[in-house]
Amino acid sequence: MALSGVEIFKLLPKTNCKKCGHPTCLAFAMKLAQRQATLDLCPDVSEDAKKILGEASAPPVRPITFGTGDRAVKMGEETVLFRHDKKFVNPCILAVEIKDTLSESDITKKTEEVLSSEIDRVGQKLRIDAIALTNVSGDKAKFEAAAKIISSKAPNVPVILATTDPAAAEAAAKLFAGKRPIIYGAGPVNAEAMANIAKAEKAILGVTAGGLDELSALTEKIKALGVEDMVIDSGAKKAKDIIGNNTLIRRAAVKKNFKALGYPVINFAQRDDSLHEALIAAVGIAKYASIVVLSSIEKWKNLVMFTLRQNIYTDPQVPMQVEQKIYKIGEATPDSPLTITTNFSLTYFIVSGEIENSKVPCRLAVMDCEGLSVLTAWAAGKFTASKIAAFIKESGIENEVKHRELIIPGYVAILSGSIEEKLEGWKITVGPREANGLPAFLKARTA
Amino acid sequence: MAFVAPKETYSGKVYQVNIGTGANALSFGGENVLPFNAFEGAVPNKPVIAYEVQDVPPSDWPENVQKPYSSVSGDPVTWAKFCQETLKAKAIALRLVGTHPDRENRSPEDAAKTVKDVLSAINVPLIILGSNHAEKDSPVLIAAAEASKDKNCIIGKAQEANYKTIAAAAMANNHKLIAMSELDINLSKQLNILITQMGFDKERLITDPMCSALGYGLEYTYSVMERIRLAALTQNDLTMQPPMLADVGMYVWKIKETQAPESEVPLWGNAEERGIAWEATTAASLIMAGAELLIMRHPKAVSAVEKVIEELV
Ligand code: B12
Ligand code: SF4
Repeated sequence: MALSGVEIFKLLPKTNCKKCGHPTCLAFAMKLAQRQATLDLCPDVSEDAKKILGEASAPPVRPITFGTGDRAVKMGEETVLFRHDKKFVNPCILAVEIKDTLSESDITKKTEEVLSSEIDRVGQKLRIDAIALTNVSGDKAKFEAAAKIISSKAPNVPVILATTDPAAAEAAAKLFAGKRPIIYGAGPVNAEAMANIAKAEKAILGVTAGGLDELSALTEKIKALGVEDMVIDSGAKKAKDIIGNNTLIRRAAVKKNFKALGYPVINFAQRDDSLHEALIAAVGIAKYASIVVLSSIEKWKNLVMFTLRQNIYTDPQVPMQVEQKIYKIGEATPDSPLTITTNFSLTYFIVSGEIENSKVPCRLAVMDCEGLSVLTAWAAGKFTASKIAAFIKESGIENEVKHRELIIPGYVAILSGSIEEKLEGWKITVGPREANGLPAFLKARTA
Repeated sequence: MAFVAPKETYSGKVYQVNIGTGANALSFGGENVLPFNAFEGAVPNKPVIAYEVQDVPPSDWPENVQKPYSSVSGDPVTWAKFCQETLKAKAIALRLVGTHPDRENRSPEDAAKTVKDVLSAINVPLIILGSNHAEKDSPVLIAAAEASKDKNCIIGKAQEANYKTIAAAAMANNHKLIAMSELDINLSKQLNILITQMGFDKERLITDPMCSALGYGLEYTYSVMERIRLAALTQNDLTMQPPMLADVGMYVWKIKETQAPESEVPLWGNAEERGIAWEATTAASLIMAGAELLIMRHPKAVSAVEKVIEELV
């Protein structure tokens, strides 16, 4: 990856003057290598060394913001190959293809599908992030006309303008001036013309070539022409090649710090069969794509893709959590039962789902346990009798419900006595162990 | 700077396991690279998908996955034959849920008879699973292993609480064995060690690190599988080299997303397509994390995953 401490040391002044706050240049170099210090602390480092060290310390996959405003999406910045090593940084962008051969009403319809694709899941708003307009017609006027419809219907949605014709690219890009679109279509033949347009329009340039040798030569050439922000396509279409090329690109960037491939990757997953397409997209999401282009965005498919992306990109050290509070499920009245669980999103999801299934209105007290499941939180000392008692007292629930009965998860039945001791006037009832026992349990109580 | 493909050579490899007998016997595992990285090593076999069949009618399965079997699922033999002949199943996983004390509480003798009947009706490899009741699974799987002696089946699942009896039965009757632990690489390693210390051949094991559905902890299964596979390949850790199982259908078809009708959650779209896609996507993600054997339910999800596997090799 980046330079080792010793390699960095060789570039420092080696005077051990301590101005950086470290006893020796070597000690400072070690801190730099671990990214625990920044180079500006050394006043005497040479310009040459700054340049080399600056390049070496840049993230291996270039960070780029696609689009502008509140729909802008970040890509790149990745530092690892496996999600258990460290969180994957910027979730894969999902884009839908709109062909310029479609009728005006179909283009409008698809654009509206993008605008209404948003779904809330575990407190995150998830949606189709971008539109990829493709110049299937080969006709500049058609491409521009389609771009016009999109720019007026969805002015804030980031767009990919896919064409190999520089004139068409330029005309369409002008409609998205200042909005950081991606112009996708620099290949070995038109690289120069496309690079010039991307530069003039301050757009990101999509670069494509047949294979990784050609692709790295091309990004170097384009960089020399003054374009820094690129997304790259190795030409892989088959699932096997997507996995293979994406893996080699990520490895080259992360392990070898190979700059010519240190850019976000775009994959085209379009297939006639929508389910097959979803699975090809899944390959891209799991294996290093920064953008996946789809041909259709049915609601069921969106939910699947969004969920997978969320799973792959969650921080392995920080479980997904929901807010600590007392949730009402159904038309809960002051007499409705009160249940309690932890704030691990998965636990909350399952338990609230089963309470909904029961059709018995309830309150569900969700306690902050740093996102741990019931048993894990109990084992870690975060879901204990005294913490539960304190939470109930401080929650204000005593003003909200008439009764004084709390239903706890069956797995922590052992806590019931000690909660009763600490929570005066309350009766603790042990619920079923598995949440799927809740509907029968709750129904039996109201019968 | 010219591009040099950063290829890896690993010191370890995954054991190849073969199951079944005769012309329809199958192999899986055997690769010495990460999943589908054929560009740098050998990937001799494709992941195998087994169709799940139960000893009792699937009344606890959601409507949309019961439907494809509605005319055959009254009886495990007809059901298994249907999977083999009509759906072209490459393998069948018979789950003896009816033996669970909270269900029909069927006896080990009943289970043995079901196993015999199913085996005589099919010629593809058979996976025999208990009801996941640690105590009851011991006698049930012993009887099932004897009833299928020398048919080279997979018996499962052996867990920390019951591995001794189940592993002994699998060994005595020449079967392969699934070792299951709960989403923890160390527990998984430890169980494999305990089982091999009994004299069970590690090359006859299949590791089940525990499945989870998309949206319901998939990331835990995904990462435990990746870590197990990396330990096998990069550290040549022999106890982590058995192929891995993803028991997908059972976990997927109990969550809300595979059941809730569109009328209740309009933003989630068509319920049937959603359920099928949920199962297929869970499976497709886990084969990329390293699963070589999958157990699935919906025929359309199975064909979609088989189609993507064809494209991956
Ligand atoms: C994944 C996992 C972890 C993850 C954490 C994931 C998370 N966000 O919590 C990690 C790896 C971090 C972890 C760590 C630890 N874990 Co852990 N972990 C698990 C595992 C495999 C799954 C937990 C899980 O996600 N369950 C799913 C959720 C949805 O379950 P749940 O919250 O319990 O909810 C269910 C029920 O309780 C019920 N329910 C929930 N709320 C309510 C409310 C009501 C009213 C009712 C009626 C029902 C109900 O419904 C839900 C579904 O049925 C379990 C084993 C297992 N299979 O349970 C071990 C387990 C919980 N862990 C355990 C332990 C000991 C630990 C550690 C202390 C040490 C260790 N082994 O690593 C640490 C502690 C962490 C810390 N910070 O200190 C033990 C606990 C043993 C015990 N009985 O005390 C378990 C059981 C494993 C084992 N057999 O040893 N763990
Ligand atoms: S300030 Fe620079 S020259 Fe002085 S000790 Fe630190 S690294 Fe060395």
